[in-house]
Amino acid sequence: MNAGTAIIFFIAAIVALVGALGVVTLRNPFYSVLALVCHLVALAALFLLLRAEFVAAAQVVVYAGAVMVLYVFVVAYVGGGEEYAAGAALRILGPLFAIALAIELCIALLGTGLSGIDGKGAPYVRGFGTPKQIGRLFLTDYLFPFEVASLLLLVAAVGAVVLARRRRGLEAEDDRELERILHQPRPAFTGTMAEGAGLRRAIREIEESGPAVMEQEPAMPTTSND
Amino acid sequence: MDIGWYLTVSALIFCIGAGGVLTRRNPLVILLCLELMLNAANLALVAFARMWGNEAGQIFALIVMVVAACEVTVGLGLIVAIYRRNLPIDVDELHELSG
Amino acid sequence: MATTTWGWLVLLFPLLGSVVIGLGYSVLGRLAGWIGTVAILLSFACAIGMLVSLLGHSAHHRELTSSLWSYDVSAGMDARMGILVDPVSVFMALVVSGVSTLIHLYSVSYMKSDRGFARYFAYLNYFVLSMLILVLGGNFIMLIIGWAFVGAASYLLISFWYRRTTATGAGIKAFVINVVGDVGLVLGTFFIFKHTGTVSFLGTFKAAPHLFHTDSADLVAACLLFLVGAFAKSAQVPLHTWLPDAMEGPTPVSSLIHAATMVTAGVYLIVRLHPLFELAPTAADVGAAVGCATLLIAGTIGLVVTDIKRVIAYSTMSQIGYMIMGASAGAYSAALFHLMTHAFFKALLFMAAGSIIGAMAGSQSLDRMSGFRRALPFTFICFLVGGLALSGIPPFSGWLSKDEIIGYLDHRGGGFEVLGVLGYIGALITGLYTFRMIFRAFWGDPSPEARELEHGHLAHAEVPTNPMTGEEEDTDVGFPGPEHVIAEREWPMKVAMGILAALAVVGGLIQIPGVDHVVNTFLAPSFAGSKLARVESSTGAAWIGLIIGAIVGVIGIGIVYRIYVVRRGASRQLQERFALLYGFLVHKWYFDELIDVLIVRPALLVGRVGESVLERIVIGGGVTGGVTGGVRAGSAAVRRAQTGFLRYYAGAMVLGLFAIALYFLISAT
Repeated sequence: MNAGTAIIFFIAAIVALVGALGVVTLRNPFYSVLALVCHLVALAALFLLLRAEFVAAAQVVVYAGAVMVLYVFVVAYVGGGEEYAAGAALRILGPLFAIALAIELCIALLGTGLSGIDGKGAPYVRGFGTPKQIGRLFLTDYLFPFEVASLLLLVAAVGAVVLARRRRGLEAEDDRELERILHQPRPAFTGTMAEGAGLRRAIREIEESGPAVMEQEPAMPTTSND
Repeated sequence: MDIGWYLTVSALIFCIGAGGVLTRRNPLVILLCLELMLNAANLALVAFARMWGNEAGQIFALIVMVVAACEVTVGLGLIVAIYRRNLPIDVDELHELSG
Repeated sequence: MATTTWGWLVLLFPLLGSVVIGLGYSVLGRLAGWIGTVAILLSFACAIGMLVSLLGHSAHHRELTSSLWSYDVSAGMDARMGILVDPVSVFMALVVSGVSTLIHLYSVSYMKSDRGFARYFAYLNYFVLSMLILVLGGNFIMLIIGWAFVGAASYLLISFWYRRTTATGAGIKAFVINVVGDVGLVLGTFFIFKHTGTVSFLGTFKAAPHLFHTDSADLVAACLLFLVGAFAKSAQVPLHTWLPDAMEGPTPVSSLIHAATMVTAGVYLIVRLHPLFELAPTAADVGAAVGCATLLIAGTIGLVVTDIKRVIAYSTMSQIGYMIMGASAGAYSAALFHLMTHAFFKALLFMAAGSIIGAMAGSQSLDRMSGFRRALPFTFICFLVGGLALSGIPPFSGWLSKDEIIGYLDHRGGGFEVLGVLGYIGALITGLYTFRMIFRAFWGDPSPEARELEHGHLAHAEVPTNPMTGEEEDTDVGFPGPEHVIAEREWPMKVAMGILAALAVVGGLIQIPGVDHVVNTFLAPSFAGSKLARVESSTGAAWIGLIIGAIVGVIGIGIVYRIYVVRRGASRQLQERFALLYGFLVHKWYFDELIDVLIVRPALLVGRVGESVLERIVIGGGVTGGVTGGVRAGSAAVRRAQTGFLRYYAGAMVLGLFAIALYFLISAT
């Protein structure tokens, strides 16, 4: 059992690392996506070794299945073909930082001799990591994170729609047309307030200026309460 | 296997992802490297869950997956929007939020 | 009713008057004047009540204090709002409130056409309140409060016609010089308080002989500082330049503040603090010397001035010099007696001057006045009475009071005899300038205004002008009103001037040497502990002094009669012969120019340097500029981290993560 576990572990680990390296180094973003898919499947295998059945399944179905497919769509749409040369300073420093971090973490993990990680873990309880167990926990102890996560998904969906939509209605050309129409000089007394105040004043002025003027047909409709 | 192995693998994946974020210029690839880092964290969580016999780690890993999915959604939406405005898809060119 | 309650009532009525008039200025109209007058009349009545009540106490128990509120009574301090009712304060309160009542009455007619009528009476009541606080105050704090208020009231009233630039300038000048005096007073108080630990008068006087030996440095310093305050308020050399300019205020203001009451505050100060001055003879000698110098300087300037109000102002300065000289030398009750009689005849002179100025339609120049004897008979008689009293002609009040001071000086002997002789010379000069004014205004051919008035027509200025500069004005608020008044036609003015004339005639009779000494007896309890106050000359010596004084006065009048009445044109010949001296006197001994060079210009220079160098370069450029420059540079430096490049941010984060992990790693081992 141990030997089998070890072999599977090493295979999965190596595939995961290679996939990771592929993501980082491959020039074509499409190939990077494929490398990540490979990495994700390897990670699912590692999860299985750790008795996290549901998580592994979710990893494959959701992560590798849905998220990566989305990535593929976007890469296909955007393309991103030519990869420009990276900026001088960070080309060297980037990997340097990463290596430094890796060394440090490994020292931390292996050098300190944490008591817990030397062992093989807790004894196996039947039903550990099964969907039934996970589901029960989600609906009892971790109900709040569950609900919040669903809210988060909703927000993300709304955000994505907002980001990706076109301006509704008018294109740039239509904008200009509308503005031209809106800024035309308006005939007199055709606004709400103007109609109320100016109309009466106009009629009064017309009356005061004499009967001859009254013969003219006023251009605006008369109001009843004068 | 000793849990320590899994954690080492997790650390290595994390650092590879960090290096990728620092090195690549295409935002799509940077997002992919972010996914790498998140997966590394997931691995560590599940490893610890196995260590203590407590499923909380696995649930945490599931939530992290949800977060990653949301982040990918929004990030890719951003990149599509940028592409639509005919801007270069290169993080070194997109530096208007400066000063 | 307790004596001190009367004292509080004396203070209450002017306060009420001032507040009521001040709040109701827009609705009161003519009533404001009567409210003001009645308020001070009630105050005078309460002062009389205070007097009667005080006399009811035995002679040894006539120093009564009462405190209304404690400002700060703690371990090191005992500041109370308290009054001290003793013969000196009752005397001063009677003089102040009595003369103020008459002046309020006079003002009711004099200011009747002025648009600022109510404001005037509010200010005038406020002034009387402040002066009463000053004289009734029972500790240094109340004294300082009254002192400062009086200065403020003086400023408000001098620049009463505030649209006249000459008036506002004069008000500022008076206030600034008064502030110099205030500083002296406060510092002097501190010097005394430092040793005695108490600010109340009685406590200080009791403690002073034990704490200070004669002429101790702190005490002399304190007394000199008090003298600075006294000189500023009483217009003694060298802080006297504000008084002639203060004649820009309305004439009743000049008569009240700058003749009868405020300028006597310095005399009151010295008399009140006499125990301290007796322990510091050096300071007292300085006071006497300055008083003597002032009376001569002011007298000589009065000989050449042509503005009638300024002649009387210089005369005031000179007479106050007598009082300061007397008070510093130890003639306390004589100084206060002269204060009282001077209040009578000087206020009378100013009132009469107001009448003749009204007849001249606002002009104040002696060059244009002449021959008003027939046109203004009542005014002429008042001028005559006042002038005779001022020159020291028997039996008028000024004769008895002024010569009592000089007699005391002669009797004290030593250096004071010299001062006494100089006092007689001053009396001669007094006669000269007083009757110069009277002969020029009332003798000779009548001026056009006088001729009009003889026909019953009061002169009226076509265009109101500033009497000093001739600028055109209008008669709206802030300038004098359109109507001018003369005493002959206004009964309030006649009543006020008549009462004062009567007092000027008979006022001295209460203190005839050898016959009666009402003032001395009354004031004696206040000076019970004083060695100097008991120095009294014999009756014979006093009478010799009085006769010399009378002769000197008559000689003075005779000289001027010859110059101005008998031989016309003689004055111009004298001016030409003594042209240099004349020029020197016309420029008022160049004091204004001296102060300008010594004090005003350096102060302006300091201000200019401060503005251009200190303000602009050091503070503006260096301090604020430096601070803002530093902040700007710092933020520019920090801003350079915000490059906008995503990967640099990411790199910084990784670095930070590395550092944190390192820290925890190290701290865990």
